[in-house]
Amino acid sequence: MSENENLKVKVRHLTKCFGDLKVLDDVSFDIKKGDFVCIVGPTGCGKTTFLKCLVGLFPLTSGEILVDGEPADPKKHNLSFVFQNPSHLPWLTVEKNIRYGLELKKAPEALIKERTEEILGLLGLEKVRNSYPHQLSASTVQRIVIGRSFAMHPDLLLMDEPYGQMDIKMRYYLEDEVIKLWKATGSTVIFITHNVEEAVYLADKCLILSQKPTTIKEELVIDLPRPRDIASPEFVKLREYVTSQIKWW
Amino acid sequence: MGELMDNKKKDQKRQLLILTILGLVLFFGIWEIVVRVGIISERNLCTPTKVVQTLIYKLYNTKPDGSTLFVHFLSSIKLSLFGFILAVVVGVPLGLVMGYYKAMDSFFTPLFEVIRPIPPIAWIPIVILTLGIGFQAKVFIIFISAFVPCVVNSYLGIKLTDQTLIDVAQTYGATRWQIFTTICIPSSMNMVFTGVRVSLAASWSTLVAAEMLASTEGLGYMIQIGRNLIRPDIILVGMITIGIVGALMGWVLSLFEKKVAPWRY
Repeated sequence: MSENENLKVKVRHLTKCFGDLKVLDDVSFDIKKGDFVCIVGPTGCGKTTFLKCLVGLFPLTSGEILVDGEPADPKKHNLSFVFQNPSHLPWLTVEKNIRYGLELKKAPEALIKERTEEILGLLGLEKVRNSYPHQLSASTVQRIVIGRSFAMHPDLLLMDEPYGQMDIKMRYYLEDEVIKLWKATGSTVIFITHNVEEAVYLADKCLILSQKPTTIKEELVIDLPRPRDIASPEFVKLREYVTSQIKWW
Repeated sequence: MGELMDNKKKDQKRQLLILTILGLVLFFGIWEIVVRVGIISERNLCTPTKVVQTLIYKLYNTKPDGSTLFVHFLSSIKLSLFGFILAVVVGVPLGLVMGYYKAMDSFFTPLFEVIRPIPPIAWIPIVILTLGIGFQAKVFIIFISAFVPCVVNSYLGIKLTDQTLIDVAQTYGATRWQIFTTICIPSSMNMVFTGVRVSLAASWSTLVAAEMLASTEGLGYMIQIGRNLIRPDIILVGMITIGIVGALMGWVLSLFEKKVAPWRY
């Protein structure tokens, strides 16, 4: 029973078709509260479709997604989504971008202020709070988007290859930042990537997807201590194992 | 090092300024010579110096067209501003709503598509019959010409909203209205202002046509009188005034745009 109470997300027999094309085929899994879950899979296997179903952007063909025991609904639950393409609001300053989600939810002003200051502090963005996104670098803009998502203290935060466009050095830096935000806010995170190293570095649990029609090939628990050392033998072993599981040829 | 760069920039600025002046001097110089030498007779086209003389003369004198330049200007700007502002106030919200709500799109778009290709001048005869030849009639003609670009651009601005940004709002649980006001409208501002700019130009270009409906003053009227009296200098003073006022209004509009949409600068 206590096992059940700890569950944040429960996905049962999730199936999604676009016309005749079956993208997701009977996917079931659970995510515990506060987990950091990475989803890896071959390119074009329907990772993005999967996330968009989770937040209700796409209607499901069949199956159900429960958040805290209720069907997932952006109006009821506190969801956040970091998209693959730039999703900052160019007409708002850094500070107002971070406030945006909370303002939509009509959170009390005191709470919005507190959360915004917290995020600006954690990301070191206080100095540019009144700048517009176009005045900042691409990686800073992506950090604003991530900050906006964590400011919600979301029940469930979905990240769809947020660092796809960044160089390696920036990625390490931003990955550590996400870990920091995740710990500070206690959110449950689902993180999509096609970079295996990134997945093994970040995840408590790794869901490995198959080719289309997508099913879960394996659920892999990663219990390496944090911060992780990408050069340690255990890390390399896991990384190579996941890589071999993704190969479909 | 920085000083060196500054000097280089200054040099470039100076060169560009020289080019601007050179362009103006050459244009007016050639014009002056062409008329002086008689390639085009002074009866049909006057020299720029004559235009300046007439312009100064028209600041104080009502001859030969009945009013001073300032009175003509006032009458014209009243007309064009009235028509232009009315078009923006009606056209922009209509375009935004048509772009966002499917019901509005179905209701208005077919009607609008038929009205859109009709040239503003083609409205004149029917406007004379229904509204007469007074102030309302002229404002209506200007309104029609300025209204179309406002609607078209606002409509397109909404349609071009990045789907990802709509998805962002949706995952935060935004209502349809919240998506419209916090995502679609701000993202359409770019297109809306382009439309308003086109509208402003259209309202000035229709002005002369509108003032052909029996007028006793206005820059368009002044140009007409100039033609009747074969006074090219009067015609050119009218034209140049329209040009300068149009450019000034464009400049005021861009100042306003910087206030309303500061994120683009």
